[in-house]
Amino acid sequence: MADHDAPIVVEDLTMAFGSFVLQRDLTFTVKRGDIFIIMGGSGCGKSTLLRHLIGLKAPAKGKVYYYGESLWDAPIEQQRRILQGTGVLFQRGALWSSMTLAENIALPLREYTDLSERVIAEVASLKLALVGLAGFEDYYPSEISGGMQKRAGLARAMALDPEILFFDEPSAGLDPISSRMLDDLIIELRDSLGATIVVVTHELASIFTIGNNSVFLDAESRTMIASGDPKTVLAETTNPTVKQFLTRGEASARAA
Amino acid sequence: MNVASVVGGTPTDLAATPPTVSVEPTEDGALCLRFAGDWILRQRLPDVQDVTGAIDAGATGQRVTIDASGLGRWDSGFLTFLLPVHEAAKAKGLDVDMAGLPDGVRRLLCLATAVPERGGRRTPDRLPFLARVGMGWAAVAAAIGDAVSFIGEFFLSMGRLLRGRAQLRGGDVLLLIQQAGAQALPIVALISILVGLILAFVGSVQLQMFGAQIYVANLVAIGMTREMGAMMAAIIMAGRTGAAYAAQLGTMQVNEEIDALKTLGIDPIDFLVLPRAVALILMMPLLCVYAILLGIFGGFLVGVLMLDITPQQYWSQTIAWLRLNDFLIGVSKSVIFGIIIAVSGCLRGIQSGRSAASVGEAATAAVVTGIIWIVVADGLFAVLTNFIGI
Repeated sequence: MADHDAPIVVEDLTMAFGSFVLQRDLTFTVKRGDIFIIMGGSGCGKSTLLRHLIGLKAPAKGKVYYYGESLWDAPIEQQRRILQGTGVLFQRGALWSSMTLAENIALPLREYTDLSERVIAEVASLKLALVGLAGFEDYYPSEISGGMQKRAGLARAMALDPEILFFDEPSAGLDPISSRMLDDLIIELRDSLGATIVVVTHELASIFTIGNNSVFLDAESRTMIASGDPKTVLAETTNPTVKQFLTRGEASARAA
Repeated sequence: MNVASVVGGTPTDLAATPPTVSVEPTEDGALCLRFAGDWILRQRLPDVQDVTGAIDAGATGQRVTIDASGLGRWDSGFLTFLLPVHEAAKAKGLDVDMAGLPDGVRRLLCLATAVPERGGRRTPDRLPFLARVGMGWAAVAAAIGDAVSFIGEFFLSMGRLLRGRAQLRGGDVLLLIQQAGAQALPIVALISILVGLILAFVGSVQLQMFGAQIYVANLVAIGMTREMGAMMAAIIMAGRTGAAYAAQLGTMQVNEEIDALKTLGIDPIDFLVLPRAVALILMMPLLCVYAILLGIFGGFLVGVLMLDITPQQYWSQTIAWLRLNDFLIGVSKSVIFGIIIAVSGCLRGIQSGRSAASVGEAATAAVVTGIIWIVVADGLFAVLTNFIGI
C-alpha cells in the first residue's frame, strides 16, 4: 500500500493506446512541497502521464495514489472529490472562450462551494491579482495575449485553493522573461501556499531553476530512465540519453 | 500545512473554530488587528467594513499592527479580507506592519499587490439609442458586403475550376461526396417516405369526397417531383451538411488553419469551399431523385393499402401524368439548392469568430440562411416556371 502522507504515488504504471504501449513500469513518489518535473524528449508520453494523473485517461496497468487512495479504483464521486483538490494549467490555458476571466475563475467556485456571489467575485479578483492580472476581470480570453491567457489559466487552476497544482508546459509559447516570471511565480506559490507542484516541461532553464524532484521518460526504451533532483541527476547520470538531454546535446558533441 | 483543503485524506474542517477579528488600540497609540480562529472560505467571515470603518475613523498617521497569533487555518478567504484592509490603510496613508502575519500570507499579499491594477477597468458601454441603431445597421451593411464579396469570389473560383485553372484534390472531394451523398441516404429516405405518406393522406381525405381517390397518385407524383423532393432533400442537407461545413471551417478559423493557408498563398475558397460546393452540386440532384422515388413509394403505400387502388392502377396513373418537365424542374432546383447550402455553410464558417461560442453561432446561422434562401429560391422558381408556362 502506498505512503499515506505523500500527495501522489505512482506504482508500476503502464500507459497504452490500445495495444501500443507508450511507457511501462513507471514508479515514483511526489512528496509534499515538491516541484516535481516530468521531463523527456518530444513524444515520450509526458503529457499522457499528466492526463493519467489528473483523471483524464485510465492506466492500462498500475496505480495512481493520492494520499494513499487509489484514484482509478475509487468510485466516481470519490474520484471527483480527490480531483477537486488539484488544479491544472493546460498547455494553452484552455480558458472557456465565451466567459470573461472572472467568470472562468468563478465557475468552479459556484459549482463546488456555497459562497455568495460577492465573495466569489472577491476571490476571483484576488486570484487574478496573484497572477498579476488585477483589473482584467471583465476581459474575454481572446482579448488578452497568450502569456496573459496562461496566467489567467493559472488563476483558474488555483480557484479552489488546491493542494496540488499541475502545469503542462508552462513556458511553451512564452518569451524568456515571461517564462522566467512564471517560474518565479511557481516557486512563490509553492512556498507561500505550501502547495505541491507537478510540471511537465522540456525547458532546461525551468528544470534546473524550479525542480527539486523529477522523472525522466525515455521514448526509446519506453520507460523511466532517471529520477530525483535534476541537478543530482545531471551530476550522477551515466545514461547518455539523459546526459545529452540535460546538456542540450553538448555532452555528445564533446565526446565526438 | 496551514491551507484549508478540500482534498480527501487530509484533515477536514469538521472542528473549525469561527473566525474573529477585533480592532484594539495599543498603549503606544497604534491600531492592532487581532485575528483568531480558522479563516477559511466556507466559514462565515466577519464583515470587512467593520475593520475598514475603524481604520477610516482612526487618526491619520497611526500605525497599524497585526496580531495573528490566534489564527488557525487560512485560505483565499483570509486574503480577500486582508486586501481591502490593506487598501483602506494605504488610502489613509497609514503604515501597516505585516510582521505579525504568517509568512505565506505576507508573501501572497506582496504578490497580489505587486502589479498595480490596470487603469482602464471595463465599464459596460451605454450608447445612446440612435447610436446603437446606427451601429446595428452598419453591421448589417458590412455583413451584406462580406456576403456579396464571398459569393463573387466563389463564382470566380468556380470559373477557374471550369477553365482548368483551379485544382481539386480528388481524395478530398471523394470523402466529401461520401459524407454529403451516401451517408445522407437513410435520413433522406425516412423523411421522403413520410412526406409521400402525408401528401397521400391529406389528399385522399379531400379526393374521396368526389370519389376521385385515384388522383392521389397524380398529387403525390407531381407534388414530390416538382416541389417536395428537392425541397426536403435541401432542408435535410442544410441542417446536416451546411451546419457541418460551418462548424468545420469555423474550427479551422479558431485554430488559425485558414490563416496558415493564406500565408502559403493558397486561396481558402479554392481549397476549402470549392470541393464542398462540388460535392453538394454533384450529390444534390441524386439525393433529389432518390427523395422523389421514395416519396412516390410512400404515396403508393397509402394508395394500395388504404384506398383500394391496385398497384398497376397506381403505377399507370403516375406514369401517365408525370411529365419530363416536372422532373427536370425538380432536379435543376436541387442543383441551385446545393450551391446555396454550400455557400451559406462555408460563408458562415469562414466569417466565424475565434471562440467556441462563435463556432456554434456560425453553424446556426448557416442553417438559418441556408433554409431562408432555399425557400426564396423555390418561390422564384415557381414564379419563373409559371411565367414561361412549364
